[in-house]
Amino acid sequence: MRNSFANAFYELAKSDKRIYLVVADITAAAGVASFQKESPERFLNVGVAEQMMIGMCAGLALRGNIPFAYTIATFTIYRPFEQVRVDCCYQNLPVKLVGVGGGVNYSTLGGTHHAQEDVAIMSAIPNMTVLAPCDPAEAALMTKASVEKVPGPVYLRLGKAGEPDLTSKAPEPFVFGKPRLIKPGSGTCVLTYGVITKMALDLAAKIEQAEGGQVATYSVHTLKPLDRETLAGVLRRFERVMVVEEHSPQGGLGMQVKALAFESGVKCRLHTFSLQDEFIHVYGSHGDLLKAHGLHPDLMYERLKK
Amino acid sequence: MANTGFDIANARARCRKFRRRILDVSQTVGALHIAPSFSCLELVDTAYNGLMKRTGNPDTSDTFLLSKGHGSPALYCVLEELGIIPRTYLENICKPGWPLATHPDYGTPGIEASTGSLGHGLGLAVGMGYADKMSGHQRDIYVVMSDGELMEGSVWEAFMTAPSFGVTRIVALVDLNDFQSLGQTSKILPNFYPMLDKLRAFGWEAVEVDGHDPQAIYEAVRARSGKKPFVLLGRTTKGKGVSYMENVPVWHYRAPNAEEYKIAIKEVEGCGP
Repeated sequence: MRNSFANAFYELAKSDKRIYLVVADITAAAGVASFQKESPERFLNVGVAEQMMIGMCAGLALRGNIPFAYTIATFTIYRPFEQVRVDCCYQNLPVKLVGVGGGVNYSTLGGTHHAQEDVAIMSAIPNMTVLAPCDPAEAALMTKASVEKVPGPVYLRLGKAGEPDLTSKAPEPFVFGKPRLIKPGSGTCVLTYGVITKMALDLAAKIEQAEGGQVATYSVHTLKPLDRETLAGVLRRFERVMVVEEHSPQGGLGMQVKALAFESGVKCRLHTFSLQDEFIHVYGSHGDLLKAHGLHPDLMYERLKK
Repeated sequence: MANTGFDIANARARCRKFRRRILDVSQTVGALHIAPSFSCLELVDTAYNGLMKRTGNPDTSDTFLLSKGHGSPALYCVLEELGIIPRTYLENICKPGWPLATHPDYGTPGIEASTGSLGHGLGLAVGMGYADKMSGHQRDIYVVMSDGELMEGSVWEAFMTAPSFGVTRIVALVDLNDFQSLGQTSKILPNFYPMLDKLRAFGWEAVEVDGHDPQAIYEAVRARSGKKPFVLLGRTTKGKGVSYMENVPVWHYRAPNAEEYKIAIKEVEGCGP
């Protein structure tokens, strides 16, 4: 996702001189390197100073520019939280905040590098748009959409590197703001977003293997504003709906879908799978950490059957 | 080019008028930061009426950020005097349906950033200054800050960044009244001082003057080299002009009652050398 972000950013910035990249001593991939080489005056490394990174972005935006802030998710939004809230959101400026390794992608770096509450915290701020693509192609489309479709601040939650393609055979094209059917099905549906979408598809396959039929899967890439109408339609159309997310149980997609189900008076069975409300002290692969919180196709399927 | 013909006697008369105006307004709302406004009044007035280029077009005018947002009454008085906001605004401050709060809100005429949380203005100024450098806009960015604000780490990130990125067209005016909400800065945080040396070590051109002396402020800013970002430490008195408010922490936020108001009005008439 880093690479596809970098390439998409490069294309955007090439034709639009209002676009800047402000980083705090972390940078991304080849596309950004080309940008840095060709437009060094629009690539700003403020050093290990995240409050400055966001303040710089807001100041650039106050002068009519469209800056991207880029670093590891925790440092993009947590360290400079008040600059994000006041400078970017309160003033409703077009600052695009890119968080690499959202969720617990930095699995061996420990809790200091885990952004397991990012969607809830960013969604709670007025004016903020929250985006979480599921694969590299969607990351590129959302990078573009963050400039072309959103006049205000954006939080773009990315994975790291090496995520598989999940959308090239999707039955629906990417439409900004609209949950995207990436795998057709009936009866059972999985709603998911971000890097864990691969595991959600594995869960769908497991259900199909055990029960037959086809399990539908949606990439709910636009988490705020949430397309409640489409999601209410899903809750009405399917008998069983699952939410799979790499996020704390508070304030993520699962909780919002539950509220929506109640408000819509639907009768489907609804299961939500998320990280626990606990910091993770398990070290290993990304999969190891998710599994420690019950996020694994086998474990989720067991819970479904209970 | 700054304004020419900065008349010091007029500046003093304006500041007396602004102090009266703030006291009048204080009788209509409960919570107005009177003392912090009185301490930065000459800094704000000298910036607008002496130093800043003002063309009526924001693209060609200098920028002003009140980073110590709680000093907003000082700024509102200046904006009112210049006809940028109507008198009805200040008369209806903090009332539903009216645009002025006790902290400046971006989008209100004359207000170029939302401030009130300390430590944000200088970072914004660095971004704005860098953008101006790229676009070739010839304008200065004036930032009025409080000394308490200089305790925020974000301010030092900005102090470090501005000269490192060649952003030289910032004029930071620091209201050095040596008081913060709970007491005297030099007692609460002795290592806050010396401040001039710290700023110079961070790559800024820095001077210290009497922050209630419009002439001293005006001359010091005009004499800057322009090769580095510039910071002026204005030695001030919190609550300047009203004896019972001066350096008394409770007046950071308190409004005078009717009797106190009468005394204050009488005293500010004689304020200033």
